[in-house]
Amino acid sequence: MVRGATDDMLLEVKGLTKHFTLHGDIFSRLAGEKTQTLKAVDGIDFHIRRGETLGLVGESGCGKSTTARLVTRLIEPTGGAVRLKGEDLLAFSPARMKNARKEIQLVFQDPYSSLNPRKTVMHILSRPMELHGLARSWAEKREKVLDLLHRVGLSVEHIDRYPHEFSGGQRQRIAIARALSVDPELVIGDEPVSALDVSIQAQVLNLFRDLQDQFGLTYLFIAHDLSVIRHISDRVAVMYVGKIVEAGPATAIFEAPLHPYTKALLAAVPEADPAKPPPKLTLKGEVSTPIDPPPGCRLCGRCPREIKVCAEVEPPLVDLGGGRQVACHNL
Amino acid sequence: MGEAVLELEDVTVRFRLRRGDLTAVNGVSFAIARGETFGLVGESGSGKSVTARAIMRLIPHPPGEIQSGRILFEGEHVLAKSDAEMRALRGRRIAMVFQEPMSALNPVFTVHDQISDALRTNLKLSKAEARERVIELLSQVGIPSPHKRLDSYVHEFSGGMRQRVMLAMALSCSPSLLIADEPTTALDVTIQATILELITGMIERLGMSLLFITHNLGVVAHACDKIGVMYASHLVELGDKREIFANPQHPYTIGLLNSIPRLDAQSKYLTPIQGSVCNMMEPPTGCKFHPRCAHAMDLCRREVPKFREIAPGHMAACHLHGQG
Repeated sequence: MVRGATDDMLLEVKGLTKHFTLHGDIFSRLAGEKTQTLKAVDGIDFHIRRGETLGLVGESGCGKSTTARLVTRLIEPTGGAVRLKGEDLLAFSPARMKNARKEIQLVFQDPYSSLNPRKTVMHILSRPMELHGLARSWAEKREKVLDLLHRVGLSVEHIDRYPHEFSGGQRQRIAIARALSVDPELVIGDEPVSALDVSIQAQVLNLFRDLQDQFGLTYLFIAHDLSVIRHISDRVAVMYVGKIVEAGPATAIFEAPLHPYTKALLAAVPEADPAKPPPKLTLKGEVSTPIDPPPGCRLCGRCPREIKVCAEVEPPLVDLGGGRQVACHNL
Repeated sequence: MGEAVLELEDVTVRFRLRRGDLTAVNGVSFAIARGETFGLVGESGSGKSVTARAIMRLIPHPPGEIQSGRILFEGEHVLAKSDAEMRALRGRRIAMVFQEPMSALNPVFTVHDQISDALRTNLKLSKAEARERVIELLSQVGIPSPHKRLDSYVHEFSGGMRQRVMLAMALSCSPSLLIADEPTTALDVTIQATILELITGMIERLGMSLLFITHNLGVVAHACDKIGVMYASHLVELGDKREIFANPQHPYTIGLLNSIPRLDAQSKYLTPIQGSVCNMMEPPTGCKFHPRCAHAMDLCRREVPKFREIAPGHMAACHLHGQG
């Protein structure tokens, strides 16, 4: 791994794990059946440097949203370490954690459910400032809210309106403004453009870029759309069933993917160009289950490059130099 | 173009709502030839799904109504048919698959019950014949060990497998037209690839025509021969797939293509379409796209542009193209 000075490391995640125990219904418990474990996130390592964008990509259920929740401590991890600016986030007291929340903000997928329909834009954007003691007087709050609105492409006329008066794209702008209201360092976008139409999606992606330049923001950008990830990310981590299978600079990953799963994902994307090869699935079968996964590589049984060791030993994420990491026995 | 399986002429669908009238489909005309795959693309609310439902006569009335126009299916006037005649048409000659297989399939019947029901009603097969045919259909759509999965319920299948069940049901009576309304939108990209392959393969093998409705330009680029682009209830451009992608003529189509992030080209900023879709309850005058269009002229604000041929087989509704 290429490492800069440690002080530009904003977030470092080591062995992050979240297992959910599935208890089953009362009958299976009475019958003495064993409880199952859903390994949503199973020992992942990644880091984000100040000012960069890490794209986290994978299919439904691979653990990318769980990762976002773990990093923000919305749910508590089963194991592993999260370091924010070198400090152990998981050891923070509630008071210290509240303060840290100001530095990590989230933007969710659905701007219809993430904004309170009963509150005006002014309230939605000024409440976080109040909670963190960033603005005292009404005039100060209003001035800051107006500035935020302006930065996300809305204006003074929108300040006293309610969320239902806005389109999906405008609502997502409000959600972004809310995230920025406490002056965070890290913004985590959990599928923030997935619910938007393509013409609006492009506007919001450009907005993310602009804000990054203006505020020097660091992004953890989660999406299932590979073209979006390619567009927005400096580095990319690919997840499959709770594991990071490949990570590295976006250009390298998209131009020369190494892991069979990354290759399969890219081959399956229908590109908006009839001259490109048609989408194909190069894997067998369907996504493996995260419930009590067998030992060995999670891609076992689906992989075209499978060898004997794959079913027995889980491949570790190995550094290949140039910032690239891959977890595969048969490169 | 060969013989047309489906022809829409100037179809207009209006909904009478308490807040006022809403024209969801506005003078849409296109034709699909036998064996042809036609992609209807557009963003949310552009009227593409309503167009599909109009063809099946599935517009809820009230409040909706197919106000004018003609729909010809294999030469027959769909809009003149009685309810009984429509029931004989739906499923047997035109089949439809939807985005959400979980809500389109019945959760309290087994997969076998649902598919064989269609077979027994429409094709008058016996119980045993229908069962055999269901197994055959399920294996055709790539469901592993169909004789075992036959008596399962829908919730026991994964998303991709449910969509396969929907396809098996749609294909059960060998329709001549398949309408697929966002069939891969709810699926992960790897599953989408397999379902697309399945649909295009079956269409080709069975010689069916396909009306594919989607917002995803990548999907139509690979699944369709011809493409129609809808914006705010109007069909704004239509043509051969290669022509639409290589030489788009309507500013909306151009804007849409520029808005998509690409896997290969790496530019820092995308070129989005400015503004947002108009309020369909109070649409702008003239061309519906003019408030967002960089080339808008006075004429655009006054008059709705005619949908006209601008090159052989390439139609567009834009004042920039030939006013005479």
